[in-house]
Amino acid sequence: METLKAKHIKDNNKTTLRISGAEAIIHCLLAEGVDLIYGYPGGAIMPVYDELYKFQDRLTHVLTRHEQGAVHAAQGYARVSGRVGVAMATSGPGATNLVTGIADAQIDSTPVVCITGQVPRHLLGSDAFQETDIIGISTPVTKWNYQVTRASEIPEIMAKAFYIARSGRPGPVLIDITKNAQFDELDFSYEPCNAVRSYNPYPKPDPKAIDAAAALINSAKKPYIVYGQGVILGQAEEQLKALVEKAGIPAAWTILGLSAMDTDHPLNVGMVGMHGNYGPNILTNECDLLIAIGMRFDDRVTGDLNTYAKQARIIHFEIDPAEIDKNVKVDIAVLGNARDSLELLLPKIKKNSHKDWHDKFKEKYREEYDAVIKNDLQPTKAGLTMGEVVEAINKASGNKAVVVSDVGQHQMVTCRYARFKQTKSNITSGGLGTMGFALPAAIGAKMAAMDREVVAIIGDGGYQMNIQELATIFQNKTPVKIVVLNNDHLGMVRQWQELFFERRYASTVMTNPDFVKIAEGYHIKAKRVTKREELAATVEEMMQSPEAYFLEVKVEKEDNVFPMIPSGASVSDIRLK
Amino acid sequence: MKKQWFTISVYSENNVGLLNRISGIFLKRHINIESLNVSKSEIDGVSKFTVVVFTTEDWTRKIVMQIEKQIEVIKAFYHTDEETIYQESALFKIASNLLFDERQIQNIIKESHAQIVTVSREFFVLAKTGKREEIDDMYQLLEPFGIMQFVRSGRIAVSKAEMRISTLLKEFEHK
Ligand SMILES: Cc1ncc(C[n+]2csc(CCOP(=O)(O)OP(=O)(O)O)c2C)c(N)n1
Repeated sequence: METLKAKHIKDNNKTTLRISGAEAIIHCLLAEGVDLIYGYPGGAIMPVYDELYKFQDRLTHVLTRHEQGAVHAAQGYARVSGRVGVAMATSGPGATNLVTGIADAQIDSTPVVCITGQVPRHLLGSDAFQETDIIGISTPVTKWNYQVTRASEIPEIMAKAFYIARSGRPGPVLIDITKNAQFDELDFSYEPCNAVRSYNPYPKPDPKAIDAAAALINSAKKPYIVYGQGVILGQAEEQLKALVEKAGIPAAWTILGLSAMDTDHPLNVGMVGMHGNYGPNILTNECDLLIAIGMRFDDRVTGDLNTYAKQARIIHFEIDPAEIDKNVKVDIAVLGNARDSLELLLPKIKKNSHKDWHDKFKEKYREEYDAVIKNDLQPTKAGLTMGEVVEAINKASGNKAVVVSDVGQHQMVTCRYARFKQTKSNITSGGLGTMGFALPAAIGAKMAAMDREVVAIIGDGGYQMNIQELATIFQNKTPVKIVVLNNDHLGMVRQWQELFFERRYASTVMTNPDFVKIAEGYHIKAKRVTKREELAATVEEMMQSPEAYFLEVKVEKEDNVFPMIPSGASVSDIRLK
Repeated sequence: MKKQWFTISVYSENNVGLLNRISGIFLKRHINIESLNVSKSEIDGVSKFTVVVFTTEDWTRKIVMQIEKQIEVIKAFYHTDEETIYQESALFKIASNLLFDERQIQNIIKESHAQIVTVSREFFVLAKTGKREEIDDMYQLLEPFGIMQFVRSGRIAVSKAEMRISTLLKEFEHK
């Protein structure tokens, strides 16, 4: 269709098109291989929507029901596909509604490009209708942002936006485009960006650091790996596995590292952090060498820094120089993409097994199993546990589903018990802990992996933060499976109130609507499970459903998630009850 | 760790939004910017921010890493006072009659090597370039006579060691 409109200008053998800025934006997206974007229209972005209408056979725009839903969907898409997610919104409230998702993408290093409309250039700074300084607002939470005020800037800026979003340590980029720049014409030609001179996304691993790391690893008696999302973003899953197997090193995941390695791998010993596994936390303070790969020593992982792995030498494999020695002082820092660094390291690593050391993890696992896991997964009490629901989902999916979790108790339970065979399968809001993330993120995740089951596991609180996205699921016939673990409380906050505020349940008790009816109102097949006998069969039915399916499971109202490192305490002070 | 003065030098592409980005990095960590100067640098099209902070070396290093992480920043450095040559400038506006009535003022001007920039019927303006202490001393001396207006610039500094920006940019060109 665009060829009817565009006038081709032959100029020095370079084909340029005389087109509007709005049409140029579409051509840029197509040139970047984008075929799916999420967004919400409004005055200042209407010229672009008009072009989206004309290009709908090549570029699908999914209308979410809130701009926050659009960014989270773009994030879900990006995290599962490994490609850049795109979200679009109008100026003012449209743009500000994106901010939570942008902040989430920033702290979780997710490649997203957000495009916002802006009032025309001549009205900037005049408090025009729906004018907001989204550049100022988004600056602290974007990897890069830029305001386009002239149509001719569009190709170069869009190319730069995609390059910056996906390269190095990925992150969100926001491009704010004034309305005049959308209407005005330019001579369009597109050149992808593959370098910005002030930006070095892939530091080269220093061979001396690699040698030093190899020497430490080869001489360690009790080495221990903690891996994060850097392994997934750096496509270093195979190299991680090879290292773990060759050197016989137990490895634990951070919540964003989860699924980088098969959860059933015998050397994959569990999760670190506040609600992580017992052994992985306690033994952090017993290892003689801690090898951190693509993780950033978040406070939810380390607990009290003054008592974190003080006995151990520490090696940090990291792509972002600003993360080195930020929270934890390390003995050896290997800068670079995890894959490049591990590739260089592997030939220098001696075969080893560390059996006794590994047995320690097994021993701790048995303690945790008896005290916590058994009761979570094979409960004998009447009420349903979140753990058994996650286990039922594992069984029904054969550990093959993409699991998207929201924020709270159910998230911790999911990241402890969900099993994965494939990478990029655990999608959750880690650094920001954004309630409301899961439902829209699941939409994006599903659209990135139509051949896989996508199961969203959400609390009754977070579900209601973006519940309107059920309409997006219905309108687009997106076959996501939605499981709400309903404890009629803001469970995680209630747990803290129980443990640290003498059970004063300030504003954490919820009177909930009939979730099944609500889903049915959106024409989504829905069921409620209240009894253990119904669980397995209903989860199975959900998984078999070719369409979207909503499942509410009434779980025990006042269950707590354990183990737990109380905030500010040491990883060694992790509590089993 | 003990707090001390650090001069942070940032080489960047000319960019409108960058000042906001950089100042946000200090704000977020509650680190006061003691002085800030933005100017062109020795390289065409490259700007230089000179920021002075009073904090620990650990914080300074972390801030410099965060600054350098910004896309438009080419390179950032930090130096102690001993590692730099630095200056500040100040302007003093003083009532003209004092110049004739108070002999002492003439001595202050002479001894402090300040320049008289302009003299009018109502006021004259003194300019002083030097270390902060020297400007402070001069302020102390002039204050009793009455200063109509005073302003001091941000610190500007060059490092004794090389800052290899051109080399960095050349390396990029050859990549
Ligand atoms: C947007 C947002 N607001 C508040 C919080 C604080 N918060 C963390 S967990 C939680 C409770 C979540 O309750 P629910 O969604 O029902 O999940 P549960 O913990 O019961 O599994 C709250 C309020 C948050 N993480 N995000």
